[in-house]
Amino acid sequence: MFVPCGESVPDLTGFTLLMPAVSVGNVGQLAIDLIISTLNMSKIGYFYTDCLVPMVGNNPYATGEENSTELSINAEVYSLPSRRLVALQLRSIFIKYKTKPFCEKLLSWVKGSNCARVIVLSSSHSYQRNDLQLRSTPFRYLLTPSMQINVQNKMKSLNWEEMEKSPCIPEINDSEFCVRIPGGGITKALYDESCSKEIQMAVLLKFVSEGDNIPDALGLVEYLNEWLQIIKPHSEDPTVPSLRWKMPSSWRLLFGSGLPPALF
Amino acid sequence: MAATFFGEVVKAPCRAGTEEEEEEEEEGRRETPEDREVRRQLARKREVRLLRRQTKTSLEVSLLEKYPCSKFIIAIGNNAVAFLSSFVMNSGVWEEVGFAKLWNEWCRTTDTTHLSPAEAFCIFYHLKSNPSVFGSCTRKNTQVTILTCRHVTDYKTSESTGSLPAPFLKALKTQNFKDPACCSLLEQPNIVHDLPAAVLSYCQVWKIPAILYLCYTDVMKLDLITVEAFKPILSSRSLKSLVKNIPQSTEILKKLMTTNEVQSNIYT
Repeated sequence: MFVPCGESVPDLTGFTLLMPAVSVGNVGQLAIDLIISTLNMSKIGYFYTDCLVPMVGNNPYATGEENSTELSINAEVYSLPSRRLVALQLRSIFIKYKTKPFCEKLLSWVKGSNCARVIVLSSSHSYQRNDLQLRSTPFRYLLTPSMQINVQNKMKSLNWEEMEKSPCIPEINDSEFCVRIPGGGITKALYDESCSKEIQMAVLLKFVSEGDNIPDALGLVEYLNEWLQIIKPHSEDPTVPSLRWKMPSSWRLLFGSGLPPALF
Repeated sequence: MAATFFGEVVKAPCRAGTEEEEEEEEEGRRETPEDREVRRQLARKREVRLLRRQTKTSLEVSLLEKYPCSKFIIAIGNNAVAFLSSFVMNSGVWEEVGFAKLWNEWCRTTDTTHLSPAEAFCIFYHLKSNPSVFGSCTRKNTQVTILTCRHVTDYKTSESTGSLPAPFLKALKTQNFKDPACCSLLEQPNIVHDLPAAVLSYCQVWKIPAILYLCYTDVMKLDLITVEAFKPILSSRSLKSLVKNIPQSTEILKKLMTTNEVQSNIYT
């Protein structure tokens, strides 16, 4: 459930909700971190749930002493009212059998708060690509029917590739075709639920492998930026993506502590 | 998927924990009403139950409603519990008021109904002699203190963890906790998870003042030096009034250590 930081519940009518799926390489979550950090979004509340493994830490977007001691939990909501953007960040993995209840609670909150649309940032196993996908861009999009009406033309003008259908059961030859997102976590479940609840949702994903996924996250936010123009688009500004997006201070030591000198 | 040096391709576990979801999805498709009923029964069995000490009957109201208090202290793990028992609970009369029972598939007992009090791993005590500590207050006036330990290798730092002066104390506090901590706060990018995180998250969301004292140590079993690393918190506002006799506490602690040591032999 959504619990506001302050006394009153903020009005999110007409806002665009950006959220990650906990997926391969944690790319969606890294991308949301970049967005919250770059736009300096303020925390407006918590999505308090028993569906995610509990975790706490000090402010992951701290820029100095004065804001480094605010406690953060595993699911928090940030907003930027001037751009009508709201972001949900998920910081831990799902507890077994809790993905479906989470999707239901989340989408009922989305409907209740009158958000205009939801954009899910996600990823899928790159080793599951077919031959055609191996030769094309690693980015894909997916739209629910109610979203298609509004933005299909925009997608065409951007020359984006829609996520292809593949055999539902790969081992069987004459299996039906459907959209599969291996490694995408709750992406598919969220997408299916949104279709049936007529929620305007778009999924933006990248085919990735696990490793240092920071470049993948930068790629995904640039992809999103082509559409939403969160920051100046790169045709006018030729600088490298990593310089235009602000990495949060919590990205330090992503691969562990320093090494003992005696090792060498 | 990942390739090893020997050329075999193995399925590497996914950091985002998504393999289980795919299995879950397939199971969901094949699930019958009987499977769903079995899962529901299991979930009910796994519920945490709070029981009254003497009668072992369930507490009908929440523990904090029945025993409203201004200070709620939770120790998680053997070193934290030893610290609390020796330094805080040795003064005054502490009465056991209840215990928590839970069961899941990893427990060695078959169910919770016949779990003896000696096997209970979560016991609630309240200070009988000091009503000011447990006055009648609403939930908002309760201050929570959590003590626990973590292995020093969990601590992320730009130096190597081998060079850290273990054991050392770090703290995390909620927004409404206004007192200063007795040690430095846990720096980014370090995090805490599991039970201590669950308690602190609850307190942060519902605006309850709470502080978590985390001792990073290289000895996870009961250890005198690790327990003594918690000593700085004895000067905190919440615990100062509860601590009476530190030399006596040190004696109690030494006794606790020897009781545990007797059980070990040259093979352990």
